[in-house]
Amino acid sequence: MTKNVFDRRNFLKTSGALVVAFSLTDLVHAMPARASVVTKPVSVTEVESFIAIGQDGKITIYCGHVDLGTGVQTAIAQISAEELDVAFGSVTVVQGDTALTPDQGITSGSFSIQGAGMQIRQAAATARQALLQMAARRLEESVEILIIVDGVVRSKSSGKQVRYGDLVGAQPLSLTVDKNAPLKAPGDYAIVGKPIARVDIPDKVTGKFTYVQDFRVPGMLYGRTVHPLAMKAKLLSVDESSLRGIPGIVKVVREGDFCGVVAETEWAAIKAAQQLKARWTEWAGLPSENELWPYVRATKVAKDEVTSNVGNAASALKQASQRMKATYDFAIQTHGSIGPSAAVAEFKDGKLTCWTASQATHALRKQLAQMLSMSEDDVRCIYVEGAGCYGRNGHEDAAGDAALMARAVGRPVRVQWMRWDEHGWDPKGPPTLIDLEAGLDASHNLAAWRGEFYIPVGGPAAVWLLTAQLAGLPHREDLETGSIFQNSALPYDFPNRYTVCHRLTSTPLRPSWIRSPGRMQNTFANEAFLDEIIATISADPLEFRLEHINDSRGAELLRRLGKVAKWETHKVGNRGRGGDILRGRGLCYVHYELSRTYVGIVADVEVDRKSGKTRVIRAFVVHDCGQIINPDGVRNQIEGCVIQTVSRTLMEELKFDRSRVTSLDWASYPILTFPDVPDVVIDLIDRPTEVPWGAGEPACAVVPAAICNAIFDATGARLRSVPFKPSNVTAALASV
Amino acid sequence: MKKSISFILNERPVTVQIDDPRMPLLYALRDDLDLHGPRFGCGLNQCGACTVHLEGKAVRSCVTPVSAVAHRRVVTLEGLGTPQKLHPLQQAFIDEQAMQCGYCMNGMIMQAAAFLEENKHPNDDEIKSALAGNLCRCGSHLRIVRAIRRAASMMA
Repeated sequence: MTKNVFDRRNFLKTSGALVVAFSLTDLVHAMPARASVVTKPVSVTEVESFIAIGQDGKITIYCGHVDLGTGVQTAIAQISAEELDVAFGSVTVVQGDTALTPDQGITSGSFSIQGAGMQIRQAAATARQALLQMAARRLEESVEILIIVDGVVRSKSSGKQVRYGDLVGAQPLSLTVDKNAPLKAPGDYAIVGKPIARVDIPDKVTGKFTYVQDFRVPGMLYGRTVHPLAMKAKLLSVDESSLRGIPGIVKVVREGDFCGVVAETEWAAIKAAQQLKARWTEWAGLPSENELWPYVRATKVAKDEVTSNVGNAASALKQASQRMKATYDFAIQTHGSIGPSAAVAEFKDGKLTCWTASQATHALRKQLAQMLSMSEDDVRCIYVEGAGCYGRNGHEDAAGDAALMARAVGRPVRVQWMRWDEHGWDPKGPPTLIDLEAGLDASHNLAAWRGEFYIPVGGPAAVWLLTAQLAGLPHREDLETGSIFQNSALPYDFPNRYTVCHRLTSTPLRPSWIRSPGRMQNTFANEAFLDEIIATISADPLEFRLEHINDSRGAELLRRLGKVAKWETHKVGNRGRGGDILRGRGLCYVHYELSRTYVGIVADVEVDRKSGKTRVIRAFVVHDCGQIINPDGVRNQIEGCVIQTVSRTLMEELKFDRSRVTSLDWASYPILTFPDVPDVVIDLIDRPTEVPWGAGEPACAVVPAAICNAIFDATGARLRSVPFKPSNVTAALASV
Repeated sequence: MKKSISFILNERPVTVQIDDPRMPLLYALRDDLDLHGPRFGCGLNQCGACTVHLEGKAVRSCVTPVSAVAHRRVVTLEGLGTPQKLHPLQQAFIDEQAMQCGYCMNGMIMQAAAFLEENKHPNDDEIKSALAGNLCRCGSHLRIVRAIRRAASMMA
């Protein structure tokens, strides 16, 4: 069992949380009491790693996943309160503190409920059983006649009762999570499935909430990073005299090609970072922006991953009476957090504490320890919520910068990136190139499908720290892109299907995952190409999909989508009748990772044929993520998925020259604004007895193809490159 | 050489000592006056996260020199309402659960508060137009519009 030892006084001071006091004295051998040191397990096999019950009955949940602004901490509290049978308000969630919370993996992949939440549910179920046993002994009653209401165990026959707080004593518990501990029947749920208001919102509307961008410690200094003028330029020299006249400069921190300034005030640090004269080598190793797709196609392939191989696609293509081919691509995009990344780092007695909005505090701890050649035991990362990140943005890099600067000056330092740092240097969603081919037989059946996906290698492990790269400090420079092979295979039963991912050895800019990584790009190509085929054979997009889905949940969802969107079979868009505004609708379906959430969408668009501007007017979404923990939270996520992805589909393309990113602000990388935001109509399918899957990403995946298909419906033009900028649309219209 | 600049912040007189009168108001509010409402988003007058009221008008504190507010009235999110006595907009944003990460919400609420002073019965298009210069990345726009509409009816 992993144990972290920490000082009780420091714990109280720094976290402000409850003292760990989960102990079931009736079940456990008495352990020697320790006055000043509390040990708390963080292994995922121990109940105590996840749950503490105070003598006052308050519950603390230790969750390795973090709330990235998605409402997950509220949902985790609901799951915990439900399974423990305590009041929702008695639960507090401690998130992503490497000293206190179990390592439940990176908060990504829409796994916080399905993964972390279910581990916590099982731990709570285990604790509930143990508490019932203890109460039975204490009350001298049999377990069968005990009920629990709001943390009070009561005998139905005698009325005798005992509070959880009175059952737990002052000594720690050793109780292993029981995988077979019975879970509460969903029919008895009173908290799960309810739209409980989020716990963080009241403080966020008054300015009371502390984001990592607000977090400060006594004696703290302000740091700003001076990034190179070219992505891989070497730092030749720094002229510190260029900072003369700025009061409060503490130090110019230079290590390898890493450069930063630390100052007594934030404004001094900002001015200094802009004013500092530094000489860099020339570097122009990026591909030409206009040659991006040939560059991707020519990139060396590390390995081929076949993601589906049913029947014999090659032979069926040869025998086809009609063959169709198309190439799709999806631009490099950025996360676009509204608050640039920030972190605070402090060294004390040889130990590093880093307050960070990282999605992966446990992984970051390892990376910081490696970079600084420290023992992992001497590094603690504590999650403090930041601006939404939508994947691995720059938060971890800012943490690396803060740690390096704090070490250099011997005082705590807060680093916040400037807007151009975030746009210019956070890791990017890699460019995606997809070739598709289909074969139709003489009766217009889709006999063969072949997909080739040109995407970089990489799994879902931690993206390397830019700080370590620039400073030349230890790190592993493996590409991590977030399982972007997912949804390259189809959810349909066509007889011959072959899909292969050519995993590329490199990609132009440091990559990472952006919300719905790969699933969004791959679903775009697959579902848009499918629409091309459907149009060619004059089938109906809804009926055709229904004919080829062998999955009752998927089929039910599509039928509901048809009803919600008032889908009219074989109706096409106005295609130029009715003036300059062309109207159409497009449909798209995804079975996320072919094993999780189902989403279907119908998008209504208007295309101005003169300007080429596309507006999504409305999106109808039907969503089945199994058991719903908080329906309003799910709705909020779906709305966010749709709106953010409309922005990505219509507007977003990261620009760069041969040396660096040139989209450095919101003018050079515009995103969707209020006047162009579509209405989103949502129909949730709740399945309380099923596994709760994720909702933070799946609805992103269906948006690009739905818009593409709607533009085709409206205009007859097929847009195969995201984003569908007005200039691309007018060019496509000209060729219809 | 430090210089004193005095202004009225959330109805109280304050004085900050600064060595650069061009320093944006945002840093005086956040670092010298310890407020969390106004946020740094871009420093370029592009996103609206830093919005405050200067003499009742919504301005971007990231590009407003602190010297420009001397002897004038500045109101931040903290001054609009308090946890004990919420402004109708703050209450409406809670009621509509109108955010995800919430980093932009200072700007949304402050922009909307100034707007509702001028237009007490806005329709959705007017609300959207009033917020066209405020960026939200999470995609909470529809809830924000609903919250502003709700606040308008609460204030009517």
